[in-house]
Amino acid sequence: MSTKQQDVESLVGKEYEAGFITDVETDTVPPGLSEDVIRLISTKKEEPEWLLEWRLKAYRHWLTMTEPTWPNVHYPPIDFQAISYYSAPKSKEDGPKSLDEVDPKLLETYDKLGIPLREQEMLAGVAVDAVFDSVSVATTFKEKLADAGVIFGSFSEAVKNHPELVNQYLGSVVPAADNYYAALNSAVFTDGSFCYIPKGVRCPMELSTYFRINASNTGQFERTLIIADEGSHVSYLEGCTAPMRDENQLHAAVVELVALDDAEIKYSTVQNWYPGDEKGVGGIYNFVTKRADCRGKNAKVSWTQVETGSAITWKYPSCILRGDNSVGEFYSVALTNNYQQADTGTKMIHLGKNTRSTIISKGISAGRAQNAYRGLVKITKNADDSRNFTQCDSLLIGDRCGAHTFPYIEVKNNTAQVEHEASTSKIDEDQLFYCVQRGISEEDAVNMIVNGFCKEVFKELPMEFAVEAQKLLAVSLEGAVG
Amino acid sequence: MLNISNLHVNVEGKEILKGLNLDVKAGEVHAIMGPNGSGKSTLAHVLSGRDGYQVTEGTVRFEGKNLLELAPEERAREGVFLAFQYPVEIPGVNNAYLLKAALNAIRKHRGLEELDAIEFMALVKDKVALVQLKEDLLTRSVNEGFSGGEKKRNEIFQMAVLEPKLAILDETDSGLDIDALKIVAEGVNALRSPDRSMIMITHYQRLLNYIEPDYVHVLADGQIIKSGGKELALELEKRGYDWVREEAA
Repeated sequence: MSTKQQDVESLVGKEYEAGFITDVETDTVPPGLSEDVIRLISTKKEEPEWLLEWRLKAYRHWLTMTEPTWPNVHYPPIDFQAISYYSAPKSKEDGPKSLDEVDPKLLETYDKLGIPLREQEMLAGVAVDAVFDSVSVATTFKEKLADAGVIFGSFSEAVKNHPELVNQYLGSVVPAADNYYAALNSAVFTDGSFCYIPKGVRCPMELSTYFRINASNTGQFERTLIIADEGSHVSYLEGCTAPMRDENQLHAAVVELVALDDAEIKYSTVQNWYPGDEKGVGGIYNFVTKRADCRGKNAKVSWTQVETGSAITWKYPSCILRGDNSVGEFYSVALTNNYQQADTGTKMIHLGKNTRSTIISKGISAGRAQNAYRGLVKITKNADDSRNFTQCDSLLIGDRCGAHTFPYIEVKNNTAQVEHEASTSKIDEDQLFYCVQRGISEEDAVNMIVNGFCKEVFKELPMEFAVEAQKLLAVSLEGAVG
Repeated sequence: MLNISNLHVNVEGKEILKGLNLDVKAGEVHAIMGPNGSGKSTLAHVLSGRDGYQVTEGTVRFEGKNLLELAPEERAREGVFLAFQYPVEIPGVNNAYLLKAALNAIRKHRGLEELDAIEFMALVKDKVALVQLKEDLLTRSVNEGFSGGEKKRNEIFQMAVLEPKLAILDETDSGLDIDALKIVAEGVNALRSPDRSMIMITHYQRLLNYIEPDYVHVLADGQIIKSGGKELALELEKRGYDWVREEAA
């Protein structure tokens, strides 16, 4: 065994641990997309008329749009008529009131993924709104949140119980016609999470949602809306895994965050969807629109993401810094292995005066993967004294992978300060040898060095997520050296 | 402990070691001296299993095992430790974390219980005093922002924690001022024991004033051309290497 470069490469390639399919009866709409399907979804979800109209308008606009081709990713054309747009676990029909009523198979699935809801109920501090396919099946810690006045639950519930909030904010950050996949999502979204933190409230716990794609051929179209009212504070965690599958699955989520005056939202993601096998077969297409609007003065939004999954990732969590003194942050680790492709980054749009943004992006490529950072920093003419700092580092493992950086900087105000630092390096053989000479295996040494490379991002994650993120990197890199 | 017989090593097609013989018994300290380019560091690297060194002839046995067949991490777990001439910086990797992972890998290999964080820190507290390493360096990234002296002391500190059977000190004295050299030497001396052997590779006799070797060898042109006691080092200091070469020729 040696530390040669080609050996480093062979360490990349560990089987996906979350690959299994749960046998649950599903209530699935036949494949195909039309106004009738959208009406059916809306009816099944007992939605108000205005929401159906909103969906139909988005659908009609989507029909006029074309699929974007500018990302640095390659995949065969998607047949949108071959996708089923609605799938709900049967158990929803009976409406489980507590975990005891939840289909034991579902709970078993979560257990395999290491998300034991029962335990999480006991482990103080994390409320879980678990999304299995498209319908929420279990929500915990509702009461404690209700005491604080926090509204947290599935999007469908919010439509029923808080239609005025949904109506006011839905599409206000990501308009229905924003882009091809956002328009598709607006037309057919089935469920997701909704969160409202009232004025001056500090959310008493970290909020967490686990998304999971299960039914065969079902694209998932999640819709998440988080509103932090004046002076409020919330930390939201999102984590995902998916079972092993041969066919590519489309996932086009939309996440909208609204932060009013002095409000703060911290949004953390660990994404571990099925990336396809080591030959590049299968895997999730993850085409997501995530955007935050710092609508009020002194508002702050922080995106932290650890992306290790999906065959293709196309995702740019962004901040519109509208309020004066508002702050936007983006911390990202994107790891691609085998034939994975990622085109990810952020947009920081400075509109208000004295606005600040920080971008720390760490891209890791192994195998034959392609990893691109694409970021826009835009300082508009009224954004006096605004500042941006961008640091964008790439780490290559082996010599068949690629790292690409596409920074776009537009500055229309000469009082602004914009800094951009970028680096690309190969995993260092001296570092690797130093570790193995101390008795550490090459695999552990690679993990250690990669984790060190990502440390600036990991320290932004909530504790339990940081641990999960490190495990994920280890799993994703297993087989990369050896 | 270690037996090197007729070792020939190529680096990028060029022969660097040309039939080196060396026998190191348990508890012995051997100094290897020699001019630049004589193959001193090559020897250190080939013993520790660094990539890029091709053994074309000869054998290396360590406690009866064929050392050359073992992967570098296996050699480390068997008890071979290299104190690097240029300890590398590893950003973001906690110094104590790396060392704990290393110690537990070695303990596991030897069938011992792995230490948890509390047991490990208790062990470390004693060892860190040995080389007067500031405790805050433990929680910093490996060697990042360390001074030259701190890096070398960190190597000896790691050696103290990992308790190797064979320690190879590659130019441990280079870049050290006299105070730092004394601290490092005291640390090394404290680690001398009847079941631990050491190979010290050095340019200068200076180090040997502080760490007294049992044997001194002169390595030139890929071979050990003269061996003797510690007085040989003094003679080398006075007369240089040329007379040894002439004698050997």
